[in-house]
Amino acid sequence: MPRSVAPWEVERKLVVKAEDKTDPRYGYNPEERPAQEYIKFGVINLDKPAGPTSHEVAAWVKRILNIQNVGHGGTLEA
Amino acid sequence: MTGVLPITLEESRKIVQALLLSGKEYVCLMKLHGDMPEERVRAVLKEFEDTIYQRPPLRASVKRQLRTRRIYYIDFIEMDGRNVLFKVGCEGGTYIRMLCHHIGEVLGCGAHMQELRRTRAGPFVEDEGIVTLHDVAYWFMEWQKDKNNTVLKRFIQPMEKALALVPKIYIRDSAVDAVCHGARLTAPGVVSLETGISSGSMVAIFTLKGEAVALARTEASTEEILNMEHGVVARTKRVLMPKGTYPKGWRSGEV
Repeated sequence: MPRSVAPWEVERKLVVKAEDKTDPRYGYNPEERPAQEYIKFGVINLDKPAGPTSHEVAAWVKRILNIQNVGHGGTLEA
Repeated sequence: MTGVLPITLEESRKIVQALLLSGKEYVCLMKLHGDMPEERVRAVLKEFEDTIYQRPPLRASVKRQLRTRRIYYIDFIEMDGRNVLFKVGCEGGTYIRMLCHHIGEVLGCGAHMQELRRTRAGPFVEDEGIVTLHDVAYWFMEWQKDKNNTVLKRFIQPMEKALALVPKIYIRDSAVDAVCHGARLTAPGVVSLETGISSGSMVAIFTLKGEAVALARTEASTEEILNMEHGVVARTKRVLMPKGTYPKGWRSGEV
């Protein structure tokens, strides 16, 4: 079987169907969200240490940031 | 085991599903149970660049039925005695410990996984914006001093980053709130889209400001959508943006 293309090796281009502008009164460019919103809609690219489980690490982040809910993308065994 | 573990905060937990399904890359140290020539090890690793069968282990979080996983590539790095170091790119949900066991069986000498480091989870890679738990604690404390947002950006990324590998459809402001309410996306709402979308693809619907609105499954390909004047483009599967962020763009009978 030949080496296959991984999802991160796929190149995509943007094609335009119509022209339109966005109203600056609503929403935010993700980089310009106010702090509370930025955290609420945020993701941390964490370097998991060896030892604790993915679940424990997520719980620590929750405690450090003093927020209600966190999740993690894909268990990395202890 | 160490490495890339994306942590989703509050609202961004809604994209976890997309991350779980996304591809992963690992650097793995495998220990052979007998001596093997390097050429043989290299050849067997290549044989596993294929669709492989795996049954989830006894202690697993999913149903234990035989399933297939795609190994995109295995790159041999080096070998020292019975220690073999390789890099593997694979579909989400591939068990690397099991992969090592199977490689050992094909080699005939047996093998096990000694060390594992995840170097990629979907769009998140280890050499780009990765932070340790200590960094998180430190930068959060720094941010609390003067609430400077540049400090926040040192360790938190917008959830849109997590969708970087998902093909996107950008829509008009007037179509946003309907999708937030779970409506299907129709052709007039589409402003632009990415190439390579086929009917049935999982896509991310974005605003023109680059905010994620929802995850959806398409009903047509990029080419078809470009030529459509009306009709359903995609069915909303998971709404990511709170309702009311954008004004209601449709007429209601009650008004």
